[in-house]
Amino acid sequence: MALETQARNNWCPGCGNFAILNAVKAVLAELQGEGTSPDDVVLVGGIGQHAKMLDYVNVNSFYSLHGRALPPAEGIKLAKPETKVIVFSGDGDAYGEGMEHLVFAAKRNIDITLIVHDNRVYALTTGQVTPTSPQGFRSRSTPGGNLEKPINPLELVLAAGATHIARGYSANLPLLKKQVKEAILHKGFSLIDVLQVCVTFSNLYDHYNKHVYELKDHDPADREAALKKIREWDYNLEAPIALGTFYKTLEPAFDAEFLKALKPAAAGSRPELIKEVLKNYV
Amino acid sequence: MDNFSILIGGQAGYGIDKAGLILARLFNQLGYRVYIYRDYPSLIRGGHTFSIVRASKERICAHRNKVDFLLALNQETIDLHKNKLKAKGIAIYDSDVVKADGLGLPIGQIIKEENAPEISRNTCLIGAFAKAAGIDWPAFEAAIKQNMPKELEINLKVGKRGFDGARETVKIEKVNQPPLPILTGNEALSLGLIAAGLQAYVAYPMTPSSAILSFMAEAADKFSLKVLQPEGEIGVIMTALGFSYAGTKAAVGTSGGGFCLMTEGVSFAGMAELPIVIIVGQRTGPSTGLPTYTGQTELHFVLNAGQGEFPRLMVAPGDPEEAYYWGALALNLAWQFQIPAFILTDKTMAEGGFNFDLNSIKEVKEAALPKRAFPGDKGAVVKINSYEHDGSGLTTEDAAITKQMAEKRLRKGNDLAEELEKYESVKVYGNNNASTAILCWGSNKGVCVEAARKFGYKVIQPLVLSPFPVKQFEAAIKGVKKLICVENNSTGQLAQLIKLNGYSADQLILKYDGRPFDLDELEGELKKWL
Repeated sequence: MALETQARNNWCPGCGNFAILNAVKAVLAELQGEGTSPDDVVLVGGIGQHAKMLDYVNVNSFYSLHGRALPPAEGIKLAKPETKVIVFSGDGDAYGEGMEHLVFAAKRNIDITLIVHDNRVYALTTGQVTPTSPQGFRSRSTPGGNLEKPINPLELVLAAGATHIARGYSANLPLLKKQVKEAILHKGFSLIDVLQVCVTFSNLYDHYNKHVYELKDHDPADREAALKKIREWDYNLEAPIALGTFYKTLEPAFDAEFLKALKPAAAGSRPELIKEVLKNYV
Repeated sequence: MDNFSILIGGQAGYGIDKAGLILARLFNQLGYRVYIYRDYPSLIRGGHTFSIVRASKERICAHRNKVDFLLALNQETIDLHKNKLKAKGIAIYDSDVVKADGLGLPIGQIIKEENAPEISRNTCLIGAFAKAAGIDWPAFEAAIKQNMPKELEINLKVGKRGFDGARETVKIEKVNQPPLPILTGNEALSLGLIAAGLQAYVAYPMTPSSAILSFMAEAADKFSLKVLQPEGEIGVIMTALGFSYAGTKAAVGTSGGGFCLMTEGVSFAGMAELPIVIIVGQRTGPSTGLPTYTGQTELHFVLNAGQGEFPRLMVAPGDPEEAYYWGALALNLAWQFQIPAFILTDKTMAEGGFNFDLNSIKEVKEAALPKRAFPGDKGAVVKINSYEHDGSGLTTEDAAITKQMAEKRLRKGNDLAEELEKYESVKVYGNNNASTAILCWGSNKGVCVEAARKFGYKVIQPLVLSPFPVKQFEAAIKGVKKLICVENNSTGQLAQLIKLNGYSADQLILKYDGRPFDLDELEGELKKWL
């Protein structure tokens, strides 16, 4: 099955989103080879440059509202638990407008993969400050420089209860492919925060290339070690930037527990059952 | 005595609601039709709470402002409501804490002697009432056994002490009529949705719709319902739309404030053509307002909620049978036309207690899923989109497609209006030849129908508010020279809606103090406009 659609791609040349698109398509093809039909995949996106992914991949998709990618993804997962639900979101989408949903999806540990295209700038609206923009960042909404400190999304979801936390980089496609597949196969809530470079409004290629390194000899099952590594770079000050899986553990996933608790309907048609219920109200 | 009212009151936390329900069920077993008006503050302990239980041989859906019995567990109940007691009425009270004229029992002392919990004062009080009303002990005992399976023995003991400690003042006779279930509007609406095949209910608690969430959660096992309480109302509606996309029939419920948050999802459902049922239980606004009191202020809000133009179904049932029937229809129509469908209720109906006659409701069969692909179907790619999109679900900004899609949505609205002609979208009651008619919507139906009888008026109740049932309304209003619109708001929202459709109300009777009209009050208002 061809994964391309008729839609014309209109990201800027050199946009980090291409790497995510390529990684996802490659992984979907690989999964298909391993027996996961694309019919059983649903892609969900918010609003932002990231969400154009949905127009570019010929797979079931739910193009949601800004900040609202996770709630429908959870509904889809609970309606059709066999579905692989992959959510794309931006830093504004997931960490700004939709932060409430992020915290709760992580808290529930629902089996959904969230890929955040973290370019640390609002690109679709042509360059405003986001929750992960560094202090001092001059943007269209902060011409004098950003006064706020950024949030560290990895630390946030660790505290909230996510069971798979990784950071990728749009200039490291082999690692990204590996991370996307690992996250999709993880049973529970997984976040990949992808440092995705916006060449037009915040070109950080040189900065990242200078600081990124791949995690080695790190035990992702060790929560304390994960937290330490996550805190190594606070998305603000210059520091080494680790790429890879920081944390990974297996805990009961919400969808599995929810469906375990769901009983099959009692014997009898609904009208009959309703008559039975009404007897308790006389 | 065959048409009577009882007011029972005390502090929140005294079990007033339960005692009221037991009385209603007792009268129900004696063959009466009943209605319960519940009045309680927005807190858990303390504050004044009361129920008015009205019983009649005929079906009733409204309370009266004069009562035959005033049952008081505290002084406040007497002080606040003694003016409601009829001249021949009787107050029954706990003489340990209440000073009044009537039938006092030392309930506090009885409880102590029986070593019974404080909460059982209510049982003692209604025991005394049963005796005073000439109800025999076995009938009262049966009601206690049915309604208080926990701590039964002690309640029977305390109830008997109350019964024996009182004297008969009147005789409530048995009526030869089978009992009917007593339901709140919320419960009936829930069952209607379930009857039409509801599979998922998603909600964040908010009065007066919270009880739907609890009802669905309780019913989840029996009907295999997926019941979920997400992080807030935005999460609620978007999660439900995820269910809907995947082919799972879902409903959400809230009140005005929660619905404010849902409106972006409403517009999304309109654009993505995702079916969903949205229950909005109205209460007194604006803002937090009076959380546990009633209102009919969201007609235009719900009618216009969400940016852009798209068709919607909006119904306002007036009693639990209508809530059941239109709840079921709303779910079916939402899926048939792939639109958002709204059910407007209000606190009066949502939490009031009514007799419910399932046999009087036309059967609504569960509608089949529309013939379209769902995610998971073999070889199908199902793309839905909040952007304007082409037939395959891909984003577009093309002028021709934009126009075409807007017209497609409009067409659905026209088809829906045509489909609704098959149903009784406007109901007419009372004297069909009268030149004066009362116009009402939602829970005001009950009180208006009863009041109209006295004046020989006609009553017109539009059940469907969107798309406005023009043909049926025209037929209903034919021959009417004076139209009196009765609403629980300060601006006459239904009157405005009919004005948009070329009709006008001659008089408005509006009440906006958070309380529903009682029968006597409405009759008094109508008299002014004779």
